[in-house]
Amino acid sequence: MDAFTTHTGIGTPLRVSNVDTDQIIPAVYLKRVTRTGFEDGLFASWRSDPQFVLNVEPFSRGSVLVAGSDFGTGSSREHAVWALMDYGFRVVISSRFGEIFKGNSSKAGLLAATVEQSDVELLWKKIEERPGLELTVDLEAKTVTADDLVVRFTVDDYTRWRLMEGLDDIGLTMRHADDIDAYEATRPAHKPVTI
Amino acid sequence: MGRTLAEKVWDQHVVRHGEGQEPDLLYIDLHLVHEVTSPQAFDGLRLAGRPVRRTDLTVATEDHNVPTKDLHLPIADETSATQVSTLRRNCEEFGVRLFPMGTENQGIVHMIGPEQGLTQPGTTVVCGDSHTSTHGAFGALAFGIGTSEVEHVMATQTLPLRPFKTMAIEISGSLRPGVTSKDVILAVIAQIGTGGGAGYVLEYRGEAVREMSMEARMTMCNMSIEAGGRAGMVAPDETTFEYLRGRPHAPQGEMWDAAVAAWRELRTDDDAEFDVVVHVDADALTPFVTWGTNPGQGLPLGETVPDPATMDDDDAAATRKALHYMALEPGTKLRDIAVDVVFLGSCTNARIEDLRAAADVLRGHHVADDVQMLVVPGSMHVKAQAEAEGLDAVFTEAGAEWRSAGCSMCLGMNPDQLAPGQRCASTSNRNFEGRQGKGGRTHLVSPLVAAATAVRGTLSSPEDLTPTTLQFA
Repeated sequence: MDAFTTHTGIGTPLRVSNVDTDQIIPAVYLKRVTRTGFEDGLFASWRSDPQFVLNVEPFSRGSVLVAGSDFGTGSSREHAVWALMDYGFRVVISSRFGEIFKGNSSKAGLLAATVEQSDVELLWKKIEERPGLELTVDLEAKTVTADDLVVRFTVDDYTRWRLMEGLDDIGLTMRHADDIDAYEATRPAHKPVTI
Repeated sequence: MGRTLAEKVWDQHVVRHGEGQEPDLLYIDLHLVHEVTSPQAFDGLRLAGRPVRRTDLTVATEDHNVPTKDLHLPIADETSATQVSTLRRNCEEFGVRLFPMGTENQGIVHMIGPEQGLTQPGTTVVCGDSHTSTHGAFGALAFGIGTSEVEHVMATQTLPLRPFKTMAIEISGSLRPGVTSKDVILAVIAQIGTGGGAGYVLEYRGEAVREMSMEARMTMCNMSIEAGGRAGMVAPDETTFEYLRGRPHAPQGEMWDAAVAAWRELRTDDDAEFDVVVHVDADALTPFVTWGTNPGQGLPLGETVPDPATMDDDDAAATRKALHYMALEPGTKLRDIAVDVVFLGSCTNARIEDLRAAADVLRGHHVADDVQMLVVPGSMHVKAQAEAEGLDAVFTEAGAEWRSAGCSMCLGMNPDQLAPGQRCASTSNRNFEGRQGKGGRTHLVSPLVAAATAVRGTLSSPEDLTPTTLQFA
């Protein structure tokens, strides 16, 4: 995973709340067995609408998505995160995220930044007034800067540290292999096995 | 202070307490795998030269992509076929037990754990699928994970996690005849909203829950994710133990007694405190259906399509968008909404009791002209059981299609899909835009409502059928 410290890119407003992961990428696009190539499925059912924000220049070149509340609810498909990243997004901003989506983002290196809904509204206003405006997302300072507007976001400290270091979770857990061995030795004998 | 059920199960699985900002490391007792969310995880293991640490705690099935008819033919869709063959290759290479399409143990991933007796009280269960919450019906802490976490569990049999908050859903009183646990959970989601459970493990409690069968509890826990919850749980009791007794992977002999003794401890202490408590009056519930495009947009069947003009701005905008997609007018009686398709299936409602309940409604009736009804058992075991009871004949004589096990029309990934503009009464769990096929419109319902709707052609409950029967019998 690439380390994430700051990112600057065009802000794309998505004025929709309750965007579930079926909207981010419909199931029919989940059939690849690779980890890349999901950009075509991103918001697939909305992309046929010429007015949809990803069909409007310069928002189509955005890398910071500013979305309505409850973004990424529903299905656990990590493909939703991959589709956003394959398209070019590095940051998604919302006032509330689906929990599995938020977890998946942190594993794959997409920053899911939680801000107040009133700040989402301010960001939308800014980037719609000046299409193509670049936002700077500073993970160290936990701020989003849009011209003269500075908004604070929250992200849990452990996720922030892992993203800033670009650390792989499995590698971190492997350092505790002894603890796992010790735990396994104490598991009750009645626990099920699959074979 | 006492501990809640969820906290007790959590405590029993902590491998290591995190230091500072680090999360705890939690041990995973059972990892369920399917073809959609696993290929990239197996790839990751291969690249790093890592094995699956505990193949004896891992089991795989084919469900999301599989066709539900003509199983003797190769899967027509090339990418679906690739995903299934990739799972088979991966399971063979890594030594993971697999239930392939068409074989006797195959089924939707959330059917096979309970059926095999693998889902047990006090276990931690994960799967790369959000409806893993189903298994919480046994008093397991069970939740959906993403593909990176699937790889993490395969490699380490653990997950780094932060403790959840706890929410009690207290369901007092008893459900009236014709009202099911599906109606309960749809009503709960409408009450607390699709984000209401975010950050919480939901524990379903109260008299109505104690009276529910295991299958009814599974339906309710299944849709905890639709309320935003990370997991849903029910404390195990005699109903749970009876369900498990004698299943292939349930403990046997002395081990059974030891297990039951441990399971009896798995209940929320009387002096434990939940972070949030929600009250539901079971006696007051009636059949519930959704009208919109998220599972929180639901109402009792006797109501009318809501009017955005009576709502505040945010709700009004969301309602207008949903009604536009659903092609519905405010004020329309829900009972007057005509459907094209009825789908009885999915990990929410495709167990034997669901099929029996629907068959009881359909007996002596026929599916309405211009309505297609699909009956898809959740597993090959349920299929065999239903056929042994003659339910398949009830369905086919009523004009419904009887299929083989799979996720089918729940998610628009296999051949069973709605055509654009088609409207469906579905016993599944999600009514999102395009969920059952691009442009398809979904109303979430119970199996009883599904069967009655199939007969009348409009959203209906079984009580709507009685006069017809008397009149024309």
